[in-house]
Amino acid sequence: MGYTPEMKELIKRVEATRPERVEKARRGEHFPALTLEERAVVLEKFHPDYQKEGRVALRVGPDKGLVVPQEIARVLESKSMLKHDKVDLSKPDFDYDVLIVGAGGAGSSAALMASQEGLNVLMVTKLRHGDANTMMAEGGIQGATQECDSPFYHYMDTIGGGHFTNQPDLVAALAHDAPLSIAWLESLGMMFNKLPDGRLDVRHFGGSSRKRMHSAGDMTGAEIMRVLRDEVRNRRERITVMEFTPAVEILLDEEGKCGGAILYNMETREFFICRARAVVIATGGNGRLHIKGFATTNHYGATMDGVVMCYRAGVGTTCMPSTQYHPTGVAYPEQNVGLLITEKVRGLGAHVLNIDGEQFCFPLEPRDVESAELIKEATEKKKAVITPTGRFGLWLDSPMIDLLHGEGTVRRELPAKFIQFDRHGIDISKEPMLVYPTLHYQNGGTAINADCETVVPGLFSAGECTGGLHGENRLMGNSLQDVITFGRRAGVSVARYLAKGVVVKKLTLDHVRKFEEELAQAGVENPIVAPILLPDYSTEEVTSRRLAEAVQEAE
Amino acid sequence: MSQHDCDCATVQQVATGDRAILPKGAKTIPIYVMGKRYEVPETLTIMKAMEYAGFKFLRGAGCRGGICGACPTVYRKEGDYKLHFGLACQTVVEPNMYLAQIPFYPANRASYDIEAIEPVAESVHALYPELFRCVACNNCTKACPMGVQVLDYISAIKQGDIARAAHLSFDCIQCGLCASRCMGELPQYHIAQLVRRIYGKYIQPKAEHLRKRVQEIESGKYDAMLENLQKMDKAQLEKLYKEREREPDMAPLGTWMPKDTQYL
Ligand SMILES: Cc1cc2nc3c(=O)[nH]c(=O)nc-3n(C[C@H](O)[C@H](O)[C@H](O)COP(=O)(O)OP(=O)(O)OC[C@H]3O[C@@H](n4cnc5c(N)ncnc54)[C@H](O)[C@@H]3O)c2cc1C
Ligand code: FES
Repeated sequence: MGYTPEMKELIKRVEATRPERVEKARRGEHFPALTLEERAVVLEKFHPDYQKEGRVALRVGPDKGLVVPQEIARVLESKSMLKHDKVDLSKPDFDYDVLIVGAGGAGSSAALMASQEGLNVLMVTKLRHGDANTMMAEGGIQGATQECDSPFYHYMDTIGGGHFTNQPDLVAALAHDAPLSIAWLESLGMMFNKLPDGRLDVRHFGGSSRKRMHSAGDMTGAEIMRVLRDEVRNRRERITVMEFTPAVEILLDEEGKCGGAILYNMETREFFICRARAVVIATGGNGRLHIKGFATTNHYGATMDGVVMCYRAGVGTTCMPSTQYHPTGVAYPEQNVGLLITEKVRGLGAHVLNIDGEQFCFPLEPRDVESAELIKEATEKKKAVITPTGRFGLWLDSPMIDLLHGEGTVRRELPAKFIQFDRHGIDISKEPMLVYPTLHYQNGGTAINADCETVVPGLFSAGECTGGLHGENRLMGNSLQDVITFGRRAGVSVARYLAKGVVVKKLTLDHVRKFEEELAQAGVENPIVAPILLPDYSTEEVTSRRLAEAVQEAE
Repeated sequence: MSQHDCDCATVQQVATGDRAILPKGAKTIPIYVMGKRYEVPETLTIMKAMEYAGFKFLRGAGCRGGICGACPTVYRKEGDYKLHFGLACQTVVEPNMYLAQIPFYPANRASYDIEAIEPVAESVHALYPELFRCVACNNCTKACPMGVQVLDYISAIKQGDIARAAHLSFDCIQCGLCASRCMGELPQYHIAQLVRRIYGKYIQPKAEHLRKRVQEIESGKYDAMLENLQKMDKAQLEKLYKEREREPDMAPLGTWMPKDTQYL
């Protein structure tokens, strides 16, 4: 398939400017990087996090007044799937010690630890066990395991990377537990990259002072996820897994403790009341909200459900306004849209170019600055290519890499990317790639402490759906570590909490009633129903044919 | 497919999120989803083409990035006897393809205790005696959308070479297409998972420096240090942050030590 004839015409412009650009690169001449002041301007004007437009202040709930992207506000200022006064909570369908919501890395780790503590666990998940962002992580997982490293330096790198906006107790917990988590994964039989003598192979990454990035091939997250899933399956007598059965509302008891959740079997459209003495929310990120229409690297179910349910139950957020965009997501071919192109491509010298084959930015600015520059070139300068499916794209001139470092470098250094594009008829050692920023990570989320407790007793949370650990900027490799460290902590914390002899009293949805009254008082018109569970990708044409206005429903 | 030619009122139609659009002049092609014809834009993946046609996935879509194994798909092309296999999120539609998704295929999995298992091939053989029903037809390898040499790893397990099987099966995403095509009715991907865990836990050499670090942490060596860090103000942290020494890129692992060792 490859590029269309029109695109091939445009590539000629890139090829026309290439010899001179390569010459300059050889001489060590770079497109000038921005000064700190200039960075501030471009971020302010073009980084989606900094733009006033598209952001609104929350009108209800524990974070009332907080300014967040409107896509986030829309799901937080939402009403429940169920009418609170029409649900009979007096006869629960299930009764467990602990209900874990979400079966990614954090949920699975929590389930394993809780079962180890002798608890009966129900883990529910929206798609299949492991259909999760954890599965998709390629790069690696941090942990200060080397002699020249220590939790001290892991702490420093993390909090500096987060511009000192991180929540300190969470960073300390991460730095402390990270080597324990790596050892735990090793003991479960995870195949880490190792040297022949067993030493863990570690690498540097953006913002590191020590080599601290552990990996398993280029599918670290998938290896973690499938090992955890396999171990969960070995513990069937303690852990029950229910797939395609998301939680849609948290239940509190009349004392204000968390007492379970309402579950929804998406296949049969039945609801179930699950009573549990503790609940762990581990529902992952929000890429599928497509903030400002951006594509995303996230899995299909990343719709922020957990944060929404906790918010309605009275739990606020930390760092919620902040989102991580990766500057180089795939813009073409369509089948790869949104997927990551590693920073390494630019690290090896590839320029970022506009439709005329001109450079417009230094290729190795920090992630947020680089993203803002690409967005500026597309939206303000209007110098992006428009793909056959109507997307913005800017060129990433990968053929430069072989010219700079010798024939064969692209294939050797970027094997997975080479194959991924080759499959679609594009040889990235000869033709440039089309890229555009993509939504990558939910920096903020539900507020917790280092024991994964929220302000509601019995309600715990862990993983990407929580906020504070990364502050306003996450370092690579810290989120896989986040889900193992805090997933494990959640499991242990729950056991500690339950050891006090917790008894769930009469279950209630009164918090939902109050929240919906608050919506009405604040004048929120037509709130959507959330959690939204899955994104809707039907086209306008299809939607219009569904005749929503005309269809009659039997009473 | 052109530069935004003006900043005037004609709004360029731009796709958002994962919703595909059909820009002016783009071609559509017919595909058959479970035998029923739909017209879809030509460059889309099977997954996005089906969404374009109006399907909303519940099963059959997970990561949407070729790594979770939720979307295995079987198809034939008109006038071609061959069965083709692919991931719906990775395979581009072709004119007149007849496709069906196989989001789930039953495959028995044997439970075991990873702590107690004897790390030898016989343990695997005992848990999965059907291994020896393999007739080496190679249908599994032909069906694998990841290009894993399935038959080769199954043969390695039969021959007792756990390490080789672990490495050969590493790229497996457990989509189940191999099991769906197996004449001997093996659950290949479950067997491979067991073998990789035995390899990772018992056969791959252990990381000695990690064992030491775990001891140090458990002895409380870093507790006071981390306690102190949490109390520092931004100025102090910034100073320490700037003073960090950086491990040299080219230093072989385990050889370099910082000048300042008080925080190790
Ligand atoms: C492409 C990609 C590459 C990445 N690379 C790296 C990397 O190299 N290093 C790194 O450290 N991090 C990386 N990350 C980030 C990291 O993988 C994630 O942040 C982390 O794995 C999240 O784990 P989690 O368990 O919190 O959430 P997830 O793994 O997403 O799991 C959440 C689960 O909850 C389910 N769920 C959602 N809503 C509900 C509901 N209402 N009821 C029940 N279940 C629900 C979801 O479907 C999902 O299965 C990457 C992320 C992506 C997308
Ligand atoms: S949806 Fe995960 S592999 Fe296709």
